[in-house]
Amino acid sequence: MTDTPAPRHIPDRLDKPLSSAIFSWEALLIVVAVAIFAVNSFASPYFLDPWSLSDLTFNFTEKALIALAMALLIISGEIDLSVAAIIALASTMMGMAVQAGAGAPVLVLIGIAVGLGCGAFNGLLVTKLGLPSIVVTIGTMSLFRGIAFIVLGDRAYKGYPASFAFFGQGYVWWVVSFELTLFLVAAVIYWFVLHRTSFGRRVFAIGNNPVAAQFSGVRVDRIKFILFCLTGLMSGIAAVLITSRLGSTRPSIAQGYELEAITMVVLGGVSILGGAGSILGVVLAAFIMGLVTFGLGLLNVPGIVMSIFIGLLLIIVIALPIVWRRLRGGRFA
Amino acid sequence: MDTTAQHKMETERPEPSDPSEPSAPRLTLSGISKSFPGVRALHDVSLSLYPGQVTALIGENGAGKSTLVKIMTGIYQPDAGTISIDGAAVALHSAHAAFGHGITAIHQETVLFDDLSVAENIFLGHAPRTRFGTIDWRTMRKNAREVLDTMRAGHIDADARLKDLGIANKHLVAVARAMSIDARIVIMDEPTAALSMKEIEELFLLIEFLKSEGKAVLFISHKFDEIYRIADRYTVFRDGEMVGAGLLKDADQGQIVRMMVGRNVDHIFPQRQANIGAPVLSVAGLSHPTEFDDIGFELRKGEILGFYGLVGAGRSEVMQAISGITRTSKGTITLEGKTIAPKSAADSIEAGIVYVPEERGKQGVVIGLPIFQNVSLPSLKRTSKSGMLRLAEEFALARSYTERLDLRASSLSQDVGTLSGGNQQKIVIAKWLATAPKVIILDEPTKGIDIGSKAAVHGFMAELVAQGLSVIMVSSELPEILGMSDRVVVMREGRIAAVHDNKGLDAETLVRTAAGIAA
Repeated sequence: MTDTPAPRHIPDRLDKPLSSAIFSWEALLIVVAVAIFAVNSFASPYFLDPWSLSDLTFNFTEKALIALAMALLIISGEIDLSVAAIIALASTMMGMAVQAGAGAPVLVLIGIAVGLGCGAFNGLLVTKLGLPSIVVTIGTMSLFRGIAFIVLGDRAYKGYPASFAFFGQGYVWWVVSFELTLFLVAAVIYWFVLHRTSFGRRVFAIGNNPVAAQFSGVRVDRIKFILFCLTGLMSGIAAVLITSRLGSTRPSIAQGYELEAITMVVLGGVSILGGAGSILGVVLAAFIMGLVTFGLGLLNVPGIVMSIFIGLLLIIVIALPIVWRRLRGGRFA
Repeated sequence: MDTTAQHKMETERPEPSDPSEPSAPRLTLSGISKSFPGVRALHDVSLSLYPGQVTALIGENGAGKSTLVKIMTGIYQPDAGTISIDGAAVALHSAHAAFGHGITAIHQETVLFDDLSVAENIFLGHAPRTRFGTIDWRTMRKNAREVLDTMRAGHIDADARLKDLGIANKHLVAVARAMSIDARIVIMDEPTAALSMKEIEELFLLIEFLKSEGKAVLFISHKFDEIYRIADRYTVFRDGEMVGAGLLKDADQGQIVRMMVGRNVDHIFPQRQANIGAPVLSVAGLSHPTEFDDIGFELRKGEILGFYGLVGAGRSEVMQAISGITRTSKGTITLEGKTIAPKSAADSIEAGIVYVPEERGKQGVVIGLPIFQNVSLPSLKRTSKSGMLRLAEEFALARSYTERLDLRASSLSQDVGTLSGGNQQKIVIAKWLATAPKVIILDEPTKGIDIGSKAAVHGFMAELVAQGLSVIMVSSELPEILGMSDRVVVMREGRIAAVHDNKGLDAETLVRTAAGIAA
């Protein structure tokens, strides 16, 4: 109904009013991040110290690495709730390898391989059997962590080699940690893949209309499978980092990470219904989550309250973009 | 026919209303305006519906018909204007309020509940209760049967699940529901779009029945033969404004078309010199366990091969199998001498066969993505380089095809969801054509689109075959089949019933073959 009277030459794009950039979701996230940063620096005199800022990044880098892949998965209309359980299983396998005397390179390889394997398992169940991913990954969430519990019971694996500590505790330069560096590099790669490649374009197409995408020659199942593998891979990498940082493995490791990763993705402006979102938004959301949890930590807020906070935030950020879009005038038939 | 039902209809028929001397209107909309951000959908329009008469609402896609229906059913609130029923002003704040005023709408795809029974669908929300407040199933079934019988729809089992009924029978159930709440105003929004000819006849009988019951009916359709057949009055919309209204017997088709488009449009199919070459695609023995059997035909270079048949004859299923979307149990597909076995749409697009699906919204466009990204989606391999997007290439590709199809859009970055149906259809055709195929299969290419867009699509098809492309056109519209095809394949119940050369072919022959009636 918005057909304009017949311009024979259709322009590529219309000049968007400046307001559309100012009122974009990403701009809002920047404002929020700056505000929380300011509040934190008033609340605690220690906050602005470079080392304390560096510590802050450890609050989100592992989850944010997963959130990058999760963003693509959610844009495609799927979800993976088993990511934290994948970490538990991968970490347990690394622990077993340590008992068998494996060195750091082998440990890294095992962590990544287990993650990739778990992701592929999820992907096969979703694409080959046509099951809804939310059901499949609730199942594998119990399955993967269940295996970790059976293997470990109430014990913990310790004794990781000193050379393994670098991944979760090392610094690349001054206060810049290996974890943060890895996250930033991964963010650039994911940004490129999602926004600059035909693969990324197909992900958006699938999320908006999987049937039309398939009719248009998009190999929907293959792409979804790859996305599940990527999410598994990132969980495997996160498993290496967290295991290295903690220096031990318990079956309850990384509990609740899936919710925080999903919260980052949705807070970052990715539509929970699929089809829309950006990596920039997810990266900004990761920093905001880090700032908030660190700020609450500075105020000595206990962990249980923080999990209440994460739960509330998840509900708010799922509701907010929908309300936001509605206010900005949505579609009509 | 049920004799008691007939008897009832004859004895209880209200005073027959003569369209020329109308009684007071049942429903009057006056001065209705409605705007959406950036768009004026309706401006100062008026419409009156009279008891016992059918008023046709006519207009191109995007003229504002759907918006008006949504206002009448309480889904949208008008910015200005008044609505009155039997002379008293009413406010339709919600769908529930509209329902309460006896306004009911029957849509192209009926909005009922597939997993409930026919009786439950009819009485949902106003089911008869027992003394304990539970649903009185026995009375409900009995009442359902009575309502269906009065409508001469006694063949529908009140206990059947709705999903087991055909679309035509679903329409009947929707009407039965309207009857059961004593609806006085019935809106039919393109009810015939998905029906076969026989089902359309049944629907018309039903509309006659509604008229005889004194209902005020609003009938929306793109098909003039239907409008002249069933309607008493017309109201024409153009670009959100009312441009004419009156009695149909005083207006000929040409006048109405001029009102619709604001200019003279004689829909003449493009004249073309068929230049038909060697066979490009041949299909032999193609079979599917349930949908079709032993399909064989040849498509020649530069030819338009029409596929005609009733809805459900298996035409779309055959086409989807040829283009790799569904699998076949046996048979061969040969393209330019090479046997192909596409396992996905991606395979067939690569081989050079593209399928432009019938369901524009579901299978065709990706709403949420801009126009240029929709057009480039099947061609991403060509427009990107080592997997990296090249936007300039995408814009160039999109521009060249959309401009040839006379797309009306403000920019190529506009979301396709904001375009009208006819313009979305141009996007759908453009996107598959942009893959530079050897064979293009168009499934109902002009279904539900306005006359202007239709002409653009037909003109473009003629241009394509002139350039040596081969076209298969599945269509249920006889004028289109007869006006565009070089040869016509008629399918019936999953098999090929006949192949006709389109020289002196007449509509009757086609309809008879499709329905399996001997000459």
